[in-house]
Amino acid sequence: MANQVLTMVQAINMALKQEMARDSRVLVFGEDVGFEGGVFRVTEGLQKEFGPERCFDTPLAEAGIAGMSIGLAINGMRPVCEIQFSGFFFEAYSQMMCHASRMRNRTRGVLTVPMVLRMPYGGGIKALEHHSESMEAIMAHTQGLKVVIPSTPFDAKGLLIAAIRDGDPVIFMEPKRLYRAFKQEVPEEDYFIPIGRAAVIAEGSDVTLIAWGAMVRECYEAAAQAQKEGISCEVVDVRTISPLDHETILASVKKTGRAVVVHEAPRSYGPGAEISATISETLGGALKAPVQRVTGFDVIMPLLRTEDRYMPNPVRIMEAVKKVIA
Amino acid sequence: MFLEKYDPLKNQMVQILDQDGNHKEDLLPKEMTDDVVKDLYEQMVFYRMCDKRMLKMQRTGRMGTFAPLEGQEAAQIGSEFAMKKTDWMVPAFRELAAMCAHGVPVETFFLFWRGNEIGSKYPKDVKVLPSSIPVGSQMLHAVGISLASKLRKEKDITVTYFGDGATSEGDFHEAMNFAGVFKTPTVFICQNNQYAISVPRSKQTASETIAQKAIAYGFPGVLVDGNDLFAMFAVTKEAAERARKGGGPTLIEAYTYRLADHTTADDSTKYRTQEEVDGWRKRDPLLRLQKYLFKKGAWTEKYEAALQENLLKKVDEITEKVEATADQTVDSMFDYLFAEPTQELLEQKAYLKKMLELENKK
Ligand SMILES: Cc1ncc(C[n+]2csc(CCOP(=O)(O)OP(=O)(O)O)c2C)c(N)n1
Repeated sequence: MANQVLTMVQAINMALKQEMARDSRVLVFGEDVGFEGGVFRVTEGLQKEFGPERCFDTPLAEAGIAGMSIGLAINGMRPVCEIQFSGFFFEAYSQMMCHASRMRNRTRGVLTVPMVLRMPYGGGIKALEHHSESMEAIMAHTQGLKVVIPSTPFDAKGLLIAAIRDGDPVIFMEPKRLYRAFKQEVPEEDYFIPIGRAAVIAEGSDVTLIAWGAMVRECYEAAAQAQKEGISCEVVDVRTISPLDHETILASVKKTGRAVVVHEAPRSYGPGAEISATISETLGGALKAPVQRVTGFDVIMPLLRTEDRYMPNPVRIMEAVKKVIA
Repeated sequence: MFLEKYDPLKNQMVQILDQDGNHKEDLLPKEMTDDVVKDLYEQMVFYRMCDKRMLKMQRTGRMGTFAPLEGQEAAQIGSEFAMKKTDWMVPAFRELAAMCAHGVPVETFFLFWRGNEIGSKYPKDVKVLPSSIPVGSQMLHAVGISLASKLRKEKDITVTYFGDGATSEGDFHEAMNFAGVFKTPTVFICQNNQYAISVPRSKQTASETIAQKAIAYGFPGVLVDGNDLFAMFAVTKEAAERARKGGGPTLIEAYTYRLADHTTADDSTKYRTQEEVDGWRKRDPLLRLQKYLFKKGAWTEKYEAALQENLLKKVDEITEKVEATADQTVDSMFDYLFAEPTQELLEQKAYLKKMLELENKK
């Protein structure tokens, strides 16, 4: 089979289409998901191809979408639901926290909730209020939910397929800044990227930059700049926030002896704190410098005119790199 | 009188002014003198012009994504005119006309959608909550605000606006139920503009009307022609008076149409036909008021031309003010989280200032 050059939106669409074709239990639904094909066109063409029973619009209610998914999953379907923007996930949170995440545990494995909840998240596209936040820490801090964030079209397809085939609830967060930011070759064939595995996407020897989602590209840029100043950065794309791939992260930091964690989520209690603590606890004295974080701030996400100030960028990453190198 | 006579289960809709500008004399509210009608007409023309200006600014990168008002002017101006200035308004996100008529400065409204934090700061005496983007979430605040008025034995009522899509959210049902249980002075105004983005009303609920949902919560619901200024005023007035007297909440379904796209990020041609839009253009709330005024000898082309010219000047001035308004400072990004800033916030602020200096150098 050939490769196609796709945006992340198209790659996700391909994954959904192929999984729906492969497994008739897979259902795709949410607000504006069916007839219109999603406000970002992620589900475009699916209703036409698979009919309104497999891909459909729901009434405007996130608790309804999540709660119904739980029931569908319990009774043998494979729901892949969409929350239109992650800012409106919280209506659904109670369902995910009180039921989806714990059904397996409560029933000692008799009832399970193999569902995927997809949603665009994050800043950088100058959207309106409530449309730009990064709340992955809240998802990751909910025991029993897996949290996946792709940073490329290739990974998006592979990770989504893995999420759909997973036996437990997966929150699939799509960095909308990357939806159409670039294209990449994506194989037409069926493949998956295991959940819970990070990837070293650039090798280096002096510092490990750890990021996910849209921040991976910022790290790339910072790494290129560091290169010019004679600093060699390794870049780790975490890909799964929970469960976190300790092995890959620790192996890299063990090699470089220095780490900078970058995320656009607010700083306090963000995933960076977890990663930094894991590194410090495990590598401790072997570190050449304390782990640094470059993050969003503990503020309400600014509206579009000053949104840029909030976002971590290569300059800020470079400052942190210099700090751990010094 | 409307609340009792019009049965939402029978799909009966209050209409006083039809699309050809003919009115029912016996139902015409006494407040609607020619001067008042003219004033309200001018407001509606003005807010449509503001809406169009926002669209133009958005298309040229001077405004963020926003939800246009066009087509819903009568639903908003008619209901707002039935409120007292001390009554509270709790809007969704499409309420340019209602909010500004109730005291929010137009430039402030513009600034919010332009992406400037100052755009949610209203003058202290303006009893309007900021636009609420999470669909359906604001109605409960209206219930709380009106319960507080009731507990304090004040006579103020609260009017809250939301769309047809919002009636699917759990929050809507909780708000309606709480209002019924606590018998709060709340007027719920659902602007049923036929769509929630691409999803038509028929797919949002299996109920015949939205108004009938009130019955289940134990208070009246009434279906109103939302493009009819007179009907919107008359019914809201009745609901407001009822609330003020301790009679409890009312649900008003304003049957209307969103003539523009859902937001500037939407393309409505994907899910509705031109024919349908054209049909609703004939029911335009401004047009029918124009016809009414014309029949009364109170509207001429000359009057309209002068009005347009005057209002355009006003809109230009607003635009200038908006574009001259500074963005929020770095300090204000951190200073409003709490009454007292935390140590972390102060440190983060200092860090950001340092970073911005570096970034500006590059
Ligand atoms: C809780 C929540 N879910 C989803 C959205 C995205 N969204 C914004 S407006 C809208 C449709 C709203 O429809 P309706 O309530 O009928 O109001 P209208 O836009 O037609 O005025 C949706 C789905 C949101 N803002 N909030």
